[in-house]
This record gives sequence, C-alpha cells and structure tokens, in this order.
Amino acid sequence: MSFLEYAAAPESTALLNLRDSYGLFIDGEFVDGHGTPFSSVSPATEKKIAEIATANTEDVDVAVAAARRAYERTWSKLSGADRGKYLFRIARLVQERSRELAVAESLDNGKPIKESRDVDVPLVAAWFFYYAGWADKLDYAGLGANPRALGVAAQVIPWNFPLLMLAWKIAPALAAGNTVVLKPAETTSLTALLFAEILQQADLPKGVVNIITGDGTTGELLVNHPDVNKVAFTGSTAVGKAIARSTARSGKRLTLELGGKAANIVFDDAPIDQAIEGIVNGIFFNQGHVCCAGSRLLVQENIHDEVVDRLKARLSTLRLGDPLDKNTDIGAINSREQLDRIRELSDIGDAEGAERWTAACDIPADGFWFAPTIFTKVSTSHRIAREEIFGPVLSVLTFRTPAEAIAKANNTPYGLSAGIWSDKGSKILAVADQLKAGVVWANTFNRFDPASPFGGYKESGFGREGGRHGLAAYLDPEARGLSSAPARIETPGLSSAPARTETPGLSSAPARIETKKKGATK
Amino acid sequence: MTIEHGAIELAPAERALRILGSDLSEKALRRHLEGLPGVDAVGLEQRAAGLGTRSIKTTSKAWALDTIIRLIDLTTLEGADTPGKVRSLVAKAITPDPGDTSTPRVAAVCVYGDMVGSAVDALGSLHGDPDDGLISVAAVATAFPSGRASLAVKLADTRDAVDAGANEIDMVIDRGAFLSGRYGLVFDQIVAVKEACRRPDGSFAHLKVILETGELNTYDNVKRASWLAILAGGDFIKTSTGKVAPAATLPVTLLMLEVVRDWHLLTGEKIGVKPAGGIRTSKDAIKYLVTVAETVGEEWLVPHLFRFGASSLLNDVLLQRQKITTGHYSGPDYVTID
Amino acid sequence: MTRLTIPKTYKLYIGGKFPRSESGRTYEVLSTGGAFLANAAQASRKDARDAVVAARAAVGGWSGATGYNRGQVLYRIAELLEGRRAQFVDEIVAGEGVSAAVASSQVDVAIDTWIWFAGWADKYVQVAGNGNPVSGPYFNLSTPEPSGVVAVVAPSGSSLLGLVSVIAPAVVTGNTVVVIASESLPLPAISLAEVLATSDVPGGVINILTGSAAEIAPWLASHADVNGLDLAGAESLDWVELQIAAADTLKRVLAPVTGVPAPSIDRMLAFTETKTVWHTKSLI
Repeated sequence: MSFLEYAAAPESTALLNLRDSYGLFIDGEFVDGHGTPFSSVSPATEKKIAEIATANTEDVDVAVAAARRAYERTWSKLSGADRGKYLFRIARLVQERSRELAVAESLDNGKPIKESRDVDVPLVAAWFFYYAGWADKLDYAGLGANPRALGVAAQVIPWNFPLLMLAWKIAPALAAGNTVVLKPAETTSLTALLFAEILQQADLPKGVVNIITGDGTTGELLVNHPDVNKVAFTGSTAVGKAIARSTARSGKRLTLELGGKAANIVFDDAPIDQAIEGIVNGIFFNQGHVCCAGSRLLVQENIHDEVVDRLKARLSTLRLGDPLDKNTDIGAINSREQLDRIRELSDIGDAEGAERWTAACDIPADGFWFAPTIFTKVSTSHRIAREEIFGPVLSVLTFRTPAEAIAKANNTPYGLSAGIWSDKGSKILAVADQLKAGVVWANTFNRFDPASPFGGYKESGFGREGGRHGLAAYLDPEARGLSSAPARIETPGLSSAPARTETPGLSSAPARIETKKKGATK
Repeated sequence: MTIEHGAIELAPAERALRILGSDLSEKALRRHLEGLPGVDAVGLEQRAAGLGTRSIKTTSKAWALDTIIRLIDLTTLEGADTPGKVRSLVAKAITPDPGDTSTPRVAAVCVYGDMVGSAVDALGSLHGDPDDGLISVAAVATAFPSGRASLAVKLADTRDAVDAGANEIDMVIDRGAFLSGRYGLVFDQIVAVKEACRRPDGSFAHLKVILETGELNTYDNVKRASWLAILAGGDFIKTSTGKVAPAATLPVTLLMLEVVRDWHLLTGEKIGVKPAGGIRTSKDAIKYLVTVAETVGEEWLVPHLFRFGASSLLNDVLLQRQKITTGHYSGPDYVTID
Repeated sequence: MTRLTIPKTYKLYIGGKFPRSESGRTYEVLSTGGAFLANAAQASRKDARDAVVAARAAVGGWSGATGYNRGQVLYRIAELLEGRRAQFVDEIVAGEGVSAAVASSQVDVAIDTWIWFAGWADKYVQVAGNGNPVSGPYFNLSTPEPSGVVAVVAPSGSSLLGLVSVIAPAVVTGNTVVVIASESLPLPAISLAEVLATSDVPGGVINILTGSAAEIAPWLASHADVNGLDLAGAESLDWVELQIAAADTLKRVLAPVTGVPAPSIDRMLAFTETKTVWHTKSLI
C-alpha cells in the first residue's frame, strides 16, 4: 500500500447540533422570516444541511428598527469597558466552541477542516479579543478625542470566509459603539446562525447584533435602508460599485472590500522552496476563493522553467477531497455557479492561447470540484491575467527587471494585495514602496492578524479592516451636535473656533468641516 | 585532481568534478555553495508545521510504526559504554519486543568505534544488510562528537572501525572550519574519510556525514553543508551527533531532504538522510515519515536511504504498536530497556 | 494724470505653464458692483483632460520626493505668497467687495493655513501610520500613501482662503491636483498659479482651471485616471450625480462643505491609502 494514501481521517459532524431550519436572528431571538426560505447545501456532497429563512422588506425594517432601538437605549449608553467585556465574552465562547464552528464552516463552505480549524476560527476569536480591548480606548485611536459611533451599521459579507468576515465586521463595529444588522452570504449562513446562538450565550443585549439571512435582494434592501448610518460591504467589485452609487445621496458612510488580481512576484534571488510554498498557499489556499489571492505569478524569466517544474511537483502532493477529512488540502468549490465561472474563465484561458496544466486529482462524483490548475505562457493582454477567477487557477507571467515586475503588477484596476519573494532586503523594501496594493507580503503570503489593517487601493475598494485603522470605518472623528466648539487645531490668525455642524452626504471620507465665511459676502 | 587548500593531496571527488567542473578550487566550491538559493526560516518552519498536521490513521499508522522500527539506528554513545552494554543493545535490536515476534528488527546499531567488535560478536549471523532484514553496525568516527583532532587521528579512528567490521561510518564535519569559511578543508576531510572507508576488497563502508546542524545554526549554513557533504562523497547526510542541542528538528530535516531531492533531480543519484537526536515519540517520528514521503517520495523510506538516530524512540513505537494490537493503552513495564 | 495700467491676461495653469483654453473661450469676471475686472479663460473638457495628464505625469516625482522636500517646497510657496500680499489683497477687495482689512486678514489666514499644512509633510506618516504587533515572526508596518490625482471643486465664495484650504491638504501627502477655481472669483486663483510657477513646485503638481464647475466637474468625476474627488465647493452643483459617476472607478470622494473647510488632519488623510507590509523575520 502507499503510505501517502493516509487512510481517511474525517472529522465528525456528530458534534454539531444543527436545527432543520433556521429563522432570522432579530432583537436577540430567532424569528420567522417572511420571504421564501431556501436550502443550504454542502458543496462537497450537494446534500441539504438546513433550511434558511429569507428576510423580506418587512423583516429588514424590523431588524434595522431593533438595531436602532438597541443603539439608542442600550448600546450607546454602555461604557466602552462594558462593550469590551461583551466582546471578550464572545471571543471566549468562540474559543470554547471552536471545534464545532470549524466543522460547521467546512460543512457549509467546502473549505478543508484543516483551514477552518487552524486559520479561520482562531482568527475569529483573535478578532474579537483584539477589538474588545479597543472599546474603552477610542480616544487613542488617532481620530481625535471623543470619536463617536455612527449608529446602525448595515453589513453584507461574502461566502469565502463566512465566520471570519463576520468577525471582521461585527467586532470593530461593536467596539466603536455601533449596533449591527448583518447579512451573511446566501450559500454560507450556517456559522453566522451558530454565532447568533453564541450571542445569546454571551447575553449580548438584544438588538445589538441582528443577523438576517437571504440573497442579494435582502442585501440590497439592507444597504439602502434609510435608517442605516453606515454600510460595510465585502464582495465583488461590481456590487461594490452599485452600492457606492446607491448610497451616494444618502449620507451613509461606506467602506468596501472588493476583488483583486494580486501579483505574487518571485525574483531569481528568492528562497526558492519557500517561494513555491508561498505560491501554492497564495492561490490554492481556500480553493483560491480569496480576494487577496496571489492569482498572478510574476516570475523572473531566468528561473521560470525551474519554478514551474517545482510548482508542478509540489502540486502532486496536494490532496483534494472531503472537506471534513483532516488530510484534505483542497476542498470543494462553494457552489455550482462559482464552479461554472471558474470553468468558463479557464476555457477562455485556453482560447487565448495560454497553456493549461492541471494536477492529477481524483474528483468525487458528487459535489463541486476543480483541480488545481496552472496556466503558463500568459500575457498581460490575456483575460485570465486581468479578470478575477476566484478559483484554484494560477496565471503565470514573466518579467525581466524589478521595474518591469512592478509595472506589470500595478497594471490592473485592482489593488488589494501583492507578494514579493527575494533574499535581498533593499529590493523588497523598494519594490514594496512602489506596489499599488493595500497589503504587501514579503517572503510570505496570506497572513492575517487582527492587529494588521487590510484593504485595497483603486477598484479593490476603500477603507481598512483590522488594526487601529479598522476603527476609522465605524467612528466619526468629530462630535456630532455639540453646541460648544470641540477641540480644534490652533491656527494663528483664525478667530475663535466657529461652530461646526454635521451634515450628511459623506462617502468614505471624514466628517464635513464647516467654518463661517470670513467677512461679508455678496 | 584535488581541491587546493594548501597541503594534502587527496583522492579524486567524482561528484564535485561533475558538478563544479575541472576548476576544483576552494574558490569554485565557495562560489557554488554561496550561490545556492537562500532559505527563509519562517516559510520553512511553516511548511514543516504543515506537514506535521497530516493525520495518520489505522492501516497507515500500523505500517508507519513498523517502518519506523525498520529505519532505526539503535544507538548507545556514552563514555560509560561496555561490551555488556553493547550486548544488551544488540539483543534489543534483534528482538525489540519479546512479547510480539512479529515486530520487525531495527536497521542498525550505532556505537563508538572501539565497541564495534562487541557489536559484531553480539549480532553473529544477524550482522548484515538491513535491506535484507539483517542488522548493520554503524560506528561514529573522526573524533566524534567534537571533531576537534588532527586529520591523522580522525582517519585512524575511521580505519579502526572499518577494520573491526563496521558497515557504516558516521563521521562529523569540522564545524570550526565550516564556520570560518574554509569549505575546502571540510571538503577534503570528507573525501579523506571516504577513502578511509575503503576495504581491502575494494568495497566502501557507507559514509554518513554528520553536519551538526545545531552548531551550524542557520538554515543557509545547513543547506550549504548538505551540498558540500554530497559533493565530497557522502552517502548519507545526518543532522546531529545528539550531543548538542538543538539536535534533529523537522524543519532542518525537511531542508536536508529538499537538498537530496534537488540532487536527485540534478544527477539521478539518491542520497540518504538521517535525523538524529531529539526524536522521542512515535508521533514525531511519523511526522518525519510524512515529510520524507511528501518531499522526496515514499521510495526513500528504506534503510539505505533513511534512518532515525534514536534510542528511546523505539520503546515509544513499541507501546503504540501494542495499543494497536491489544486495543488498550500499554505501559513501561511491557517494553524492555536496553 | 494717472498712469495707464497694463491689465493682466488670466490664463489657465496646467503642467506648470499658462495656456489659454484650447476652446479659446473666455468669460467676464465682474466685481461685486458689476464692474469689469478681467476676462478669465473658460476651461473646456479638453483642458481638464490635459490637466489630468499633467497631474498624472507629476505624481511619480512629487510622491517620490521626501516629506522634508515637499515641506520645503510648500513653505517656499508661503514665502512667495507673503511677498505678494498686496496683489492678493487688491484682487480680493475687487472680487469679493470686502474691505482691505478683511481681505488682508483672509490673506493672513491663507498663508498661515498653507504653512500649517507644509509642516505636516514629513510628519503625517508618523501620526497616521504605525507598526502592528502581529502574532507571528513578522515585521509589519502600515503607512499612508497618496491616492494619486485628485480633482477638486474649490469653494465658490472664498477666493484665496477657500482655494488654499483644499489644495494644501491634498498635495502635502504627495497627491497632485486639478482644481476648478471658484467661477465667480477666479482671479486670485490664477495669481496663486503665478506664485506656484515661480516657486519650486514641479509643473503638474497643482493645475488650476477657471470656468464653469458645472461643465467641467462631470468630466473629472468620471475620468478613470483620477483617483480622488473633493467636492468641497460643489454644493450648488448636482453633486450627487458627480458622486455616482465617481463610483464607477471607486474614487475616494469628499462631499461638499458649506464655506471653507477648516484645516484638519482628516482632510489630509482622506486622499491617502494605507499600505501594510509584512516581512518575515528570523535569525536563522
């Protein structure tokens, strides 16, 4: 027998206590949704997991109203220290139930249990821990003294890291004093609903967090709801733009975390074996369903063949299969729609003249699967070098000089992340300086940490999640509605501090600043 | 043709000639070693940790445990070693578990050069090639563990062990010379020791080259030393003497396997790897098997290409083996000391 | 007998030069009393396009300069403004119809505001950036970088101070700007351009267009090579449409303000992007 067979080591779903159907979590309780419910299926087996409610217009209204009530009557009256304590409780509960959450995540999303157990869920707990500590220290966040919460935040998250994206949204919002209505992605509602149970266990005041399930229509209703002060969206660039348009006149603050087509740049003086690991991790981790995936390999031309050979050899030890098997490296594609899209774009890659190579994998009969694939001979003019595939497909391009690498890396409307591999520090720092990307990883890739700000340049969105910078999305640097003049910068020549008023009409930017006109006007 | 470092003329180093060409100077050697791609420690350690998460169950596990036993160099390297101690070790090597005769034998016993005779006597007819199910005798030599002695002394140490019947020689490189950049000296010593492994009938005792990775300290140094040892004629590259911490670690072994993999890609030749010291549990040893399988392939999991330098590991493997057989946890009273 | 004056021709300021509008158009600038002051160039969309080209060309050098260097350049502009006080006072009195004392005060504040921002050039990174204590062997640093080219609709009612209050915060961090000056009060804008032209600021860093914001702004709002849009003075325009147009390329947008925006670090940071760099750390 082959030792590399590694007899199946499946994680058990027996430790899950799932309901047959879930309602909406509003005002601290599960209530019926009034839209048409839908099924959530396991993408590895296509079997139904549970029935999920859909929130219709009425439900969205109720949820937002609950969040508003909670904000005005409860949450805004708590001290930062108390908000922090609730967040600490949530972090602890996540840790306590981490195994259950990891299994549920892999079941619902399709990602390997190894990832949900070792990456997703630990980061979720860490995110809540990190922001718990900020709740009573907002004065030190660099947003001036007494930054104020915005009110009710509408949050829409994607299916690729369901529980982690939820943590990225809820933790800073609550720490900053806002209340939340969050809509998980249609294909991955399960862990959000389990999280709602955790909120009950944490005794979080009702209405502070509301979780409403549904599809894109529910999301649209939510972000366009007039009584929402803040919109945070992670998802496709196309939808992000639509939200930017629809919130233009509303005065709602907006942050967007959208798509990417990151360049992973490997220089000829890279630590080669670790670079191979970084390439693999960059595009095949989470089946490539990562906005910051290193989907373009920019390899220095003189080591192209060696790198591609080593890459292919390395891919031969990746194991594709049951997400709940602890030895699985590549899980299922999240949905049929996504699988179709990956196939379509890969076919375009063939048609454009790139050369396709696919790792030999046994593909299970049921479920949605795509074996790790590499396209070589890709040029900057190819669609597979420009469009986000969001799957385990790597496009390989070459470059000759650092300047050319930078030019090719930046030649995209996106700007979320990038990787640089070299043993030369001065080169790494200089290249990092020039890359138009919100996150630059040097000699590593796909590292996330609640203390580290994440977000994009250009059409990858605006605003940051994580770190001190992540608070800015949920705070107003200026006090609203104060009659006395708040602190301001002393500028010689200016008269006494003029009154300031807060007026709606903001996008991602800081509060409006108003001064009286100097002298008479006509 | 020789490496010019100053004084001694030595036997030709065939691999080095092939790779470096006719310019076999220390300068050429140095350029080659320093031109190797660097190693990022964080990435290397993460890859090793990832390999360590492989979950081995049931049938794979039983096979893994037996394989570990078959790959052990059962070791005693103490100043207090006596013929009696060596006999006891050999008995354990032959019969790891008296309560279960299905238990495989270890690959070799590893002793000091002056104990080789005792080991050979104790093995009797079972002394031979582990690929054939017999047990070989490995001797540490070259002023093990420090290596701080003249070349003449180190070669005499080697020859004595070979003459006494050692099938394998575990030599130490001159770490002082390596760390001060005298790669040529290190190279020449390995070549000379390999020559000292030559038997009257023309065959060679197998040479394992101990890098002492704990003293080399950086992964870049380990990578260079691995290449150097292979170029100079080593049959195996070995991590440690076991007398210095850190001894074998999963990342360092992974790195050495990557060198061996690259050498194989370059020349078609297979070099062995031996992590030694610090591997005490089956759980850890299994991680090494996984690392071998996923780096160079399962074909390396044979005695002439992979060994564990260990003493207490064997009993932990036996305990695990007993659990699989009996279905319940075992205890120290049910395994023998050596 | 009073001496005949030489009236100034007011042109656009693009790429460090003073071209007329490619459309050849001008419009009358009147005093508050209705007296003719000058013909100002009426910028066309092609002028705006050219300005964006000039601004983009200048981004590399300006954002690549050290903060210290940018601060020095901006400080020199303040020096030159100071030297030109009288000219600005005259233009403000004529255009806004205020007293010389009030105009003088505006000039004072404008210069002081400019200096306040100049001093930030080599400091804002320290306030807005920081190391991040990630839990792993990584060096991790977040720093703000300029967004690139910013289009600005300057406040309409304050000819010099309004202008300065929107230009300075954008360029301190390394952005380059295309500014649409107040349509009714454009003259100090072009005089400011003269100051810029004689200072050390590289051509293209600040480009000033005079004319109709209603006509020009939409072209800038939809321009794919513009990264930011400051609608400070766009309150009377259909600014929501501008914001919607800007959403197509996800520009960073600041909404209109009433009057003159006060100096603030937030305005400076509005057109920056935070970049976070991770690097492995190991002794071995």
